Amino acid sequence: MALRRRRWRIRATKGGYDIQLPDEERELLMHLLPQIREVMEHPDEERARRLFPVAYLNDVERDAEYHRFMREELVASRVAALEQFMATAQETHLDEAALMAWMQCVNSVRLVLGTVLDIGEDDEPLNLDENDPRFPEFALYGYLSVLLEEIMSALSAT
Amino acid sequence: MLPVNAPSASTAPAELDVPAGGVDIRPDRPWIVIVWNDPINLMSYVTFVFQKLFGYSREKATSLMLDVHEKGRAVVSSGSREKAELDVFRLHEHGLWATMQQDD
Repeated sequence: MALRRRRWRIRATKGGYDIQLPDEERELLMHLLPQIREVMEHPDEERARRLFPVAYLNDVERDAEYHRFMREELVASRVAALEQFMATAQETHLDEAALMAWMQCVNSVRLVLGTVLDIGEDDEPLNLDENDPRFPEFALYGYLSVLLEEIMSALSAT
Repeated sequence: MLPVNAPSASTAPAELDVPAGGVDIRPDRPWIVIVWNDPINLMSYVTFVFQKLFGYSREKATSLMLDVHEKGRAVVSSGSREKAELDVFRLHEHGLWATMQQDD
């Protein structure tokens, strides 16, 4: 008698990656991931802190210069990844560039959610307390962490 | 502070453009890129990004990730200021907290 193995959801195949996510999950992602646009419109807010990190720790002038030139590039890169995700969100087969775009989007939103939830080094987000008023956000954060692991595991398999 | 070396009269440009921060007397000192620990980024994700962006082996990427996790930071690349700035940008693009500074 064999133990039932967990079914794969994202896996490397010849020339790309097969994606088997249920429709509800795809809909959730198509609703959730575009919210990164709105967060990036307010780069100075706390929740956007991890999207636009400091580049020069002890050099305010150079850091300001870096952000003057690179902030737009960071936004453009994430918008491009988001567009690529939205264009392929219903696909069952992706190439590497598309799955990398999924990864970038999922991680960006995860960073924002983790910042809002003030996740610390000792937090175990998958160890949920249903009575915590932030339960839905923690559950979402946990879900994005699992999805990110699944994406990376497939990307690392080739 | 050392005085700026005055170029000879025959090659002197009309105006000297001296940077506000003074002239670096060791212009060849490489820039280093440092990645800092962050409780949010997954360890597996950090390792993956190091492999993907820098072409490091899984062993090297894992060892750098563990330095970040356990010591709080790790130097992940070095080179000219332009190269370091591009590396910092690519790390920021992938959500890692990276800074750059001139090596001591």
